Amino acid sequence: MRFLLQRVAFYLFTAWAAITLNFFIPRIVPGDPVQSLISRNQGRISADAVASLRVLFGLDSDRSLWEQYVDYWGQLLHGDLGLSFTFFPAPVSQVIGDSLPWTVGLVGVTTIVSFLLGTALGVGAGWRRGSWIDGLLPATTFLSSIPYFWLGLVAIALFAGPGSFFPSSGGYEPGLVPAFDAYFIPSALQHSILPAATILVSSMSGWILSMRNMMVTVSSEDYITVAHAKGLSERRVALSYAARNALLPNVSGFALSLGFIVGGTLLVEIVFSYPGLGFQLFQAVGSKDYPLMQGIFLIITISVLVANLLADVAYLLLDPRTRKS
Amino acid sequence: MSDQVLEIRGLCVDYGVGADAVHAVRDVDLTLHRGEVLGLAGESGSGKSTLAYGLTRLLPPPGVVSGGQVIYHPADGPPVDVLTLSPARLREFRWAETSIVFQGAMNSLNPVHKVSTQLLDVIKAHEPKGSAASRLARARDLLRLVGIAADRLDSYPHQLSGGMRQRVMIAMALALEPQLVIMDEPTTALDVVMQRQILGQLAELRERLGFAVLFITHDLSLLVEFSDRIAIMYGGRIVEEAPADRLYRDPLHPYTEGLLNSFPALHGPRRELTGIPGSPPDLRAMPAGCAFHPRCPKAFEPCDERVPVLGPPGVDDPTRAVACWLHPAVAPLPR
Repeated sequence: MRFLLQRVAFYLFTAWAAITLNFFIPRIVPGDPVQSLISRNQGRISADAVASLRVLFGLDSDRSLWEQYVDYWGQLLHGDLGLSFTFFPAPVSQVIGDSLPWTVGLVGVTTIVSFLLGTALGVGAGWRRGSWIDGLLPATTFLSSIPYFWLGLVAIALFAGPGSFFPSSGGYEPGLVPAFDAYFIPSALQHSILPAATILVSSMSGWILSMRNMMVTVSSEDYITVAHAKGLSERRVALSYAARNALLPNVSGFALSLGFIVGGTLLVEIVFSYPGLGFQLFQAVGSKDYPLMQGIFLIITISVLVANLLADVAYLLLDPRTRKS
Repeated sequence: MSDQVLEIRGLCVDYGVGADAVHAVRDVDLTLHRGEVLGLAGESGSGKSTLAYGLTRLLPPPGVVSGGQVIYHPADGPPVDVLTLSPARLREFRWAETSIVFQGAMNSLNPVHKVSTQLLDVIKAHEPKGSAASRLARARDLLRLVGIAADRLDSYPHQLSGGMRQRVMIAMALALEPQLVIMDEPTTALDVVMQRQILGQLAELRERLGFAVLFITHDLSLLVEFSDRIAIMYGGRIVEEAPADRLYRDPLHPYTEGLLNSFPALHGPRRELTGIPGSPPDLRAMPAGCAFHPRCPKAFEPCDERVPVLGPPGVDDPTRAVACWLHPAVAPLPR
């Protein structure tokens, strides 16, 4: 318990540091959002509007950096991340709120499925070395060495196109209104198949390979021989003795990969123009949308920290040796 | 009920197959009687552990049993050949009839499960009908048997010392009251004091429960004290077998003599420790004839040509056997 509190305190500190950096970096970088808004409107903005924009973006120069920093925290705690330029005048929190479910739905589900499937296949491959699963390994290794986005491009070139079942871009049929109904859900699923398959194919082999290798390592441990000598069933030795121990490194890897769900597959979302957070970030960078970038970075930071905490908790639950009592 | 509990006949174990196979155990005959402690000694690489793994069919690949029989005589029922049991029958046989205490006291327990889980799962696997409460009571008794408080059932292996872990393994080995316990260097990883404690306890338990022990070690001094009979292994073969006190006082094989001369006696006149010159044979290129002849101080004419047969050295002496041309067998061991 004390260990957990220590970890939580550590992550809170890290979060504070990340948020503080998140505040200062855009203010150190030359140029400011109002300038870019003015230039985007080719100067056709009145002086009053410029002044009020400055106040809106928290750039009124008469306030000290410290006051701005305190205000920033105040806004943050109210869930106010400022206004987006690109989707002006929509607040950043709303833009993120709209795109987050897409990313979590696509990448989250595929990450979990890929981990479960890859681990199960890895257990099989490691336990029965030389079976047909081993034959798959070179192929999966090859696939995992290909970058996600390139695989996505290949998938689009091969499967998508005029008249194909697989749409090449977007999250749903243009013209549909996002809702949980019989028109939208099938369309969203249809649009997610290709990007999901791309992520699955290239990420699963990593889990297979690491689980298989851990199984092989663990299989030569003394306690596995003991378990065989005890006359336990093959299944129990494989799962409760071998896989249970081989799983430990994979679980922490999994928890960490949860942290990268939010920001990690940016390129896949770009390739498929998928309306997720990664695609949004790409657009934000393209249009110098500092508040949106800041907001997305914040979400990514927090999700990585939460995933780290989850990894700690998972390890604590699974490996008694890490529990101090 | 026959007097023997285990008969090993002509057991051969190879590593690898075909022409490149290394013959780690060659044509070994060994008989264990009920309730006796048979010590098996030899240098590293002499095939002791391979023999133990081979007879329990626990050899990891590329090890293969390439010949022989391992006849087990259950307390009731006809004898069975362990090497031909079906996988299901083998699982039933394991631990219930023959349990093993392994070398690595530190790694024999699964680190992620409590001691209780690991004690209970073996009881449950072999006696699925009993109630959970009776199994737990049994596990408590077992720990008490080896002098560990019953509340240690809830401990994880890393919370126990090396000695305690090995005692837990011994308790586990006795869980199903097997006829035979194989001990493969059970105390090698422990300090001398712990070694003594555990061996003392083991001798006491054997007295009480009457199981036979196949005790494998490279420490001959330990065997002289602890076992009833001793078999010496060299280059994959048994080279001498005799009651412990006779082997200690009057070794026949020059190799046994060499082993005995390499540790000091506690009593008696001081003598120089000599050891054995040379190093153990390369199993891939065994010398012709007696495997020991290149290192043997007493080697003579037939030694480098013909392999001596293990057998009693004299008509009047059926209790011991030796494979040496100095003491040619009057007859090969009766089978």
